[in-house]
Order: sequence, then structure tokens, then C-alpha cells
Amino acid sequence: MTVQEPTQQQLNQERWRDVPLEFEAIVVGAGPAGLAAAYTLAKGGVKTLLIERGDFPGSKNVMGGILYSYPTHQIIPDFWKEAPLERPIVEQRAWLLAEESVVSIGFKDPGFYEEPYNNFSVFRSRFDRWMANKVVEAGATLITETVVTDFLFDERADRRRVAGVVTNREQGEIRAQVVLICEGANSILTQRLGLQEDLSPGDLAVGVKEVIALPKGAIEDRFNVEKGQGATIELIGESTQGMFGMGWIYTNKDTLSIGVGVMINQLSRSGMNPNTVLEKMKQHPAVRPLLAGGETKEYLAKIIPEGGYHQVPKLYAHGVLICGDAAMLVNGVHREGSNLAMTSGKLAAETVIEAKKKGDFSSVTLKAYHDRLQDSFILKDLKKYENASALLQSNPHFFTLYPKLARYSARELFTVDNVPKKDKQKKIWHEVTSRRGIWNIAGDMYRLWRTLG
Amino acid sequence: MNIAVCLKQVPDTSEVRINPKTNTLMREGIPSIINPYDVHALEEALTIRDRLGGRVTVLTMGPPQATDSLRKAISYGADHAILLTDRAFAGSDTLATSYILAGALGRLMDREPLDLIFCGKQAIDGDTAQVGPGIASRLGWPLLTYVTKIDGIDPTNQVFQVQRKIEVGREVVRCRLPALVTVVKEINEIRYAPLPDLIRAAHYPVEVWTNADLGLDASQLGLKGSPTWVNKISTPPMREKGEVLAGSDVAPAETARILADKLIPHIVVPNR
Repeated sequence: MTVQEPTQQQLNQERWRDVPLEFEAIVVGAGPAGLAAAYTLAKGGVKTLLIERGDFPGSKNVMGGILYSYPTHQIIPDFWKEAPLERPIVEQRAWLLAEESVVSIGFKDPGFYEEPYNNFSVFRSRFDRWMANKVVEAGATLITETVVTDFLFDERADRRRVAGVVTNREQGEIRAQVVLICEGANSILTQRLGLQEDLSPGDLAVGVKEVIALPKGAIEDRFNVEKGQGATIELIGESTQGMFGMGWIYTNKDTLSIGVGVMINQLSRSGMNPNTVLEKMKQHPAVRPLLAGGETKEYLAKIIPEGGYHQVPKLYAHGVLICGDAAMLVNGVHREGSNLAMTSGKLAAETVIEAKKKGDFSSVTLKAYHDRLQDSFILKDLKKYENASALLQSNPHFFTLYPKLARYSARELFTVDNVPKKDKQKKIWHEVTSRRGIWNIAGDMYRLWRTLG
Repeated sequence: MNIAVCLKQVPDTSEVRINPKTNTLMREGIPSIINPYDVHALEEALTIRDRLGGRVTVLTMGPPQATDSLRKAISYGADHAILLTDRAFAGSDTLATSYILAGALGRLMDREPLDLIFCGKQAIDGDTAQVGPGIASRLGWPLLTYVTKIDGIDPTNQVFQVQRKIEVGREVVRCRLPALVTVVKEINEIRYAPLPDLIRAAHYPVEVWTNADLGLDASQLGLKGSPTWVNKISTPPMREKGEVLAGSDVAPAETARILADKLIPHIVVPNR
């Protein structure tokens, strides 16, 4: 038996053990916020450790299924050339659902089928696995199946600074200059720092979703789109059994994503299970034919933090920043969450890159993250809709009475029965005002306009 | 003790779907893991090394993505990892796979002598349990399958003793070294890698061998070298739901009697 001299490769083999365990930034959670943050940090030359609790990045990640092109392109230019996407969306519809009927509006523009696109249907788990590979290529270190349980602190005379994290593994402490909390809704770490109080059921929605398999051709026929194109439908009213929330149907390549999101306090008050709400929506006469013959392949659920502007925690402290769902950055009115998460991750990373240049990771420097969010659409949009949740929660008419009235009015208008139109209008007016007083309706509309307009 | 462990990266699911047209596994979208039996093989190798010294080398044949599994093995504490990857290897059945792995192990032994090779008893995707025995046969090494326990190793006299799970019980075998062992899950508990090892493993440069390194006979590789083909795959019919006897707090003896009456005709309980 011959024993050869060690080769260069063998020498390299031994050197990996000496890799220093020092990082400038630790990102907790490989979801949309964490991946965007880690990618931007690594590209910016910051030594970054990304820690994910799931088996692989994406394994725990759930969203309705729409990825917005612009904010994603800002992070990974031309991502659509190689990322695993389902369909570019060319038509968006909004359905006001009442029992048995639907009032529908929509917008379709084939221009959305061209670069740079507007949005795509995606499976978050596939997209995030792809993006995690980009993060590693950019130079970050990724570890999985590891749960961050606590922080390491540096105690100085005048202040307490986050100086790393503690994980559930042996020898599980690791230090860094700054920690980015991107661990999603109901963040234990944010609460650990005392930045977020316990959330109430009125701040959280639960989303449940099914993935239903259908042939590609059937999807294109049923949703009236060209080959490869996609459509989305948002459903309000009967879709959530009159509760504050929204339903959705998105077209993927050879599946549909169909789901509902409902505020947890409303669910518990109604005693309904979210699965039942989704099941009922699937049986609605306007929805059923879209799904006919489809086979349910997957079932997913997620907590959506919808506390809005008032529940956004303090977003920074000495040595720590909070992004995405953990920071309550969700725009419930426009069903936007993952783009806020990704953009907040990017802005946090840019703040860290500057802090590194200054050599100061104290809250004085990290406050710039808050300013960046304030200057961006993220906090501007959340501020704009700051009272939306309270208004819609305290005023169930928007989800119960108004869809019914819309149905009644539309039905009267579209029924041809030789009744003069003027009489029809009178009849509709009479019915509507008898169900809710004119001043009440005017008040509702004014408040809705003030809140959403 | 120098030990090699053969790992297979497999799809992580007990419900792998089968493409009805091509009769092949649909791996799209299904995450990959190290075959669970192979993790126990690795654990046993690491335990022996920790006690007796030496090196543990892990090998896998697969696409470049199999690097993930090798890095994971490194995080558990393996010393060295080799990926066998080549387009010529694609589509290999167990005959071709054992040929390639035996060739790679032979090359490894040109560099360092091996005392033991560990494999899992079978892979959870193919379930053939043929590759381990195939390697032993090609190397002309003794083979011990379904091992539940290693009783002891005597490196000086080059012998070791194991316990094997057999249909009627347990078999205790003494065997000379070197030998190939395939293990079952009962053999050990898997360790959880410490954080520093996990982080360092993420930077581990996996050694890659192609057929240019191995110089194997091309006619015995991949689809060309694989006489096995899958004729048909079908899903077995669902088993009928069993009968449930409503228990009673008042008269458990009565419920037991009903149960016994039902079981006796099925010869589950002897009627004595």
C-alpha cells in the first residue's frame, strides 16, 4: 500500500477547520426579509451569518403567492431570468362576493407580460431556496436547523448592547457587531428585547391556503389568459363569511393557490375554523367552477401580523434591527407583505453597511434604518392606512351589508323586465336606504374615503 | 481505524409521487436529506473513531447538489468528504452504483488504508438494500448486514464482533477486518452538531472526483451499465379502516371478551 504526499487539495481540506467564527452581522431567519438582508450585506462586503430554523431556507415560508417585481429587482436585478417563478400576472380582479353572486371589477394589461413585469405568482418555498443559493454565492454563511433562543449582551456602564445570539445547539453562542431580527410574525426575540409587547388577537390574522392541481390549459381557459400568463382574484365579503379579511385565488403554472385570511379575534368570536371559511368560499357558485376537477396537493397556514402602523415596534436598538413580519411591516389593505419584508431587509442591510464604515453599531447610527423606512413607501403606506384595521373591524357592514346591497343593486340594474329605469333606481334607493340610513351610509363612505382614499 | 461511510442523498418524504407516464420518482420541489439509515452508519463510524482514533471519510455519488449532504456529514464530525459526480454516472442502477463506489473506495485506499466501510441497510427511495452488499462483493470483503450493535473492535488482532438482526432473532458474529457493515436505525442515537462545527462545515471544500479521476470502464456506468429497468410502479390499494370497539369503563372484561371473540377466528390469539 502506497501512501502519497498530501496534495494541495488535501491541504485545503485541513484548513477549513481554522475558519474563524467571527461575523459582523447575524441575520435570524431566512424568509423574504432575512434573505434580502443577508444578500445585500454579503454583496456589501459584510461578513454575514444567516441562521434558519427550518430544514432548508423556504421550508417554513408561506405567503399567499404574489411576488412583486420592482422591489425584488431592486435587490437581485433581472431575477426573472433565473428565479423559479410561476406566472407573470397580467390581470387583477376584485370580487365583491355576496351569497350566490359576485360583483366584479378588474384590470388587464398585456404590457405586464413584458420585462420588467409587475408581479408574479410564486411558491415562496421554491423561490426562497433559490434566493438562499444567491445569498451563499454572494459570500454569506448559511446554517439551517438551528433556532436562535436568545441574545448575547455587552453590558457597559451606560448601556446594554446586543452582541450576538444564543442558539439551541451545543457551544451555541456566537458573537457579531449587529443582529438583524427577521424571524417572522410573533417574534419572540423582539419581545425578548422589550421592543414589542404581547400581541393581541386583534393584531393578527390567520391565513390558510390550498394548492390545487389543474392542467395548464384549463387554468388559461378558466382565467381567460394567454399561454404562460397569470391572473389574480381578491375576494371580499361572503368569502370570509362577513368577517374582516380577504380571500384570494392566484394562478400558478399547473396549480391554483386559493386561500383566505381572517383576523383571529373575529374568527374566535364567530367560533369558526379558518378551514371551514376556506371550504365555504370554495363552494361559492362563482368560485366552484374555477376549481372543478382540481386535486388539492398542499395545505398551508400562516400568521399574518396586521396590527398596522400603531403596532410597529421600535425598529432598532444598540446592535439590533428588526425587519419584515417581526416588525409588523404588512399592508393588509393591499395584501402586501413580502415586498415590505424584502425592502425592509435591504434597507436594514444598507444601514448596517454604513454603520460598519463608521465603526458604530449603536442605536444612534442604526436609527438611520427607521428614517429610511419612514422615507420609503413602507411606513408611508402603513401610516396612510393606520386606521383602516380599526375602522373595518369596528364596522362589519363593509363585509356583510354592503356586499348584499351591491348584489341587490346590480341584480336590479341588470335584470331586464320592462320596468322603467327610473323606477328601478327609485326601488334600489329605497331598498338601500331602508337597510341602512342614508346618513349612516354617508358616514361609512366618508370614513372609508378618509381611511383608504 | 480508518473508516469510510457511503451516503445517499434522497428525497425527504414518505409520499414521493410517481409520474404515472414514466414510472419515475417526481423529485421536483421535494427537499433532499441524507438517507436516514446512512446517518446512523455515519454516527457509528464517528463513535468508533472518537474511541479508537483514525479518520472518517464520507462518499456520495450524485449531482453537485449532493454537496449539501456531505457538508452536513462534515458538521456531524466526519473528517473528509468526497463527491463522485459525472454525467456518465447518471441513471446508474445498484449494479453500476456499487461498481462506481467500489472504484472510488479503491482509489481512496491507494491514499490511506481502510479498516471498515459503513453503509445504511438500504435507501428509503429505492429500498433495494443492494448497494452495500454489492460494494463488499466487488472488493472481496466480508459483509455484515442489518447490524444492530458493534460489541467490540480489536485493532491489534484485526477482528471485531457485531450483533445482526435476523428474522428469528439476533445473530452474534465475529469477523476479521477489513469488512463492510450495513446498519439499522436501532444501532445508535444521532448526535446534534455543535454550532461551531455547523458553521465551519458550511465552508468545507468538498473533494470532487469524476470518472477522469477513477478511470472506470464506461460500459459499466450509468444507464449503459444498468441492466435493471422499472417495468411498472403502482400504488397499492388503501387498506380498509379497522373496526373500533367502543370501550366501556363499566365492563372492561366484556369488551375484552368481544375483542377475543373477534381475534380468535383470525388466529391472532390461539384458542386454548
